Amino acid sequence: MLHFSDLFQYTDVFLSGLLTTVELTLLTTILGIALGTCCAAIRQYGHTVSQRLVAVYVELIRNTPFIVQLFFIFFGLPAIGLKLTPWQASMIALTINLGAYSTEIIRAGLSSIPKGQIEAAKVLGMNFRQTLTRVIFTPAFEKIYPALTSQCIIVMLGSAVISQISVEDLTYAANLVQSRNFRAFESYLVTALLYLVLAIALRFIFNQIGKRLFAYREVR
Amino acid sequence: MSLVNLHQVHKYYGDNHVLKGIDLDIQAGEVVSIIGKSGSGKSTLLRCINGLEEYQQGGITLDGKEVTTEDIQVRCLALSVGMIFQNFNLFPHMTVGENIMLAPTIVLKKSKAEAAAVAKAMLEKVGLAEKFDSYPEKLSGGQQQRVAIARALAMSPKVLLCDEITSALDPELVGEVLKVLEQLAQEGMTLILVTHEMNFARDVGNRVVFMHQGKVWEEGDSKQLLSSPQTDELKQFIGAVL
Ligand SMILES: Nc1ncnc2c1ncn2[C@@H]1O[C@H](COP(=O)(O)OP(=O)(O)OP(=O)(O)O)[C@@H](O)[C@H]1O
Ligand SMILES: [Mg+2]
Repeated sequence: MLHFSDLFQYTDVFLSGLLTTVELTLLTTILGIALGTCCAAIRQYGHTVSQRLVAVYVELIRNTPFIVQLFFIFFGLPAIGLKLTPWQASMIALTINLGAYSTEIIRAGLSSIPKGQIEAAKVLGMNFRQTLTRVIFTPAFEKIYPALTSQCIIVMLGSAVISQISVEDLTYAANLVQSRNFRAFESYLVTALLYLVLAIALRFIFNQIGKRLFAYREVR
Repeated sequence: MSLVNLHQVHKYYGDNHVLKGIDLDIQAGEVVSIIGKSGSGKSTLLRCINGLEEYQQGGITLDGKEVTTEDIQVRCLALSVGMIFQNFNLFPHMTVGENIMLAPTIVLKKSKAEAAAVAKAMLEKVGLAEKFDSYPEKLSGGQQQRVAIARALAMSPKVLLCDEITSALDPELVGEVLKVLEQLAQEGMTLILVTHEMNFARDVGNRVVFMHQGKVWEEGDSKQLLSSPQTDELKQFIGAVL
């Protein structure tokens, strides 16, 4: 017999976990994309040395497990005097992680912009920053928008791992509830559904923003 | 004083010696057609004039000021040199009006209203006033190229560089773009164009420059040069294109 009703008394626990996950997701999505955008621009247009540095960062993150990155930041950094709360450590780890993946994705968008577009901006007298923000970004992001959306969702789902350093996120809530009432099946099923809803919501938000940013596609 | 002056300009791509000592002097109001075989250095020459490509030797001046590829200088140069490309290079995510208004607002710091007025006037000039709110992809190639011309004109350049601007167009659309150029020529705009349109070069242009193997092989008055070429290379070239 299943006993979903045994979960009701833990509604607050689930809600507060959900809130933490949402909060961290929104924050790290914004910061991660911002970081990825900067790094992608450097990778694509920067000087050789800074290009290399970005490449090292990206490869380092993409070729190591997220949980190790998280543990390194939370348990490792205090060794050099940098002590962070679990929440701070998670925020940083998630941002750095999304930043690395989105760097590669956004760079693909940047390199899809024909050279002629940049030259056209140049001969019209625009400086590089103007060219980047006015001419390059919109079509570049449009190209990779679905991939970027997926990556943000992957990172959101991957954030479940932060319960390991006792951030009280959604997964932490599930663990807590099932350890109290031993309803593992029900707890994790509900949690899975909540993640599913979050993923759908995040995709929806991205789609709405995309509709605005790339409105010119609709008009045509 | 000449508007554009090139003195012994040499340009290399690695070991490839592309421009081999170009001398050229262009006065304000002249319409100069650059012709020559593929690979003879026509585009490179044009792109050196507005600092898109650097050159290794010699000197180029525009309105008396030296041309370099220094970023700030290129932007300064852009204020007096317009360029139109073979494949238009309109910004796809902006309407025609926004395409034209962008540089006047963010580079020349004109107000929105002022820039819009200029954009409308320029669109009028190229016969596309009704396309202000259309997106480039909705336009034919010929219309896109005319918008590109309007966009360049909105910066009120002293000279317009055109690199084979009708080559990507369907034959029936070439005429409308050439007509705009002809009108500009009549208004006294200085035009330097790389072109394969010999009739245009002869009838509208003042001067033809024939490039061959990275050199100005032969140049002179357009009608005279095209009707009685002196060098075998030019005779051959004219024979091949006509
Ligand atoms: N970006 C580049 N890098 C290396 N070599 C180049 C580059 N652009 C042009 N070249 C070389 O320079 C030479 C002149 O090229 P250019 O494009 O100026 O010729 P063109 O006369 O414009 O030819 P076309 O009629 O085909 O446009 C060619 O040998 C070409 O291969
Ligand atoms: Mg060319």
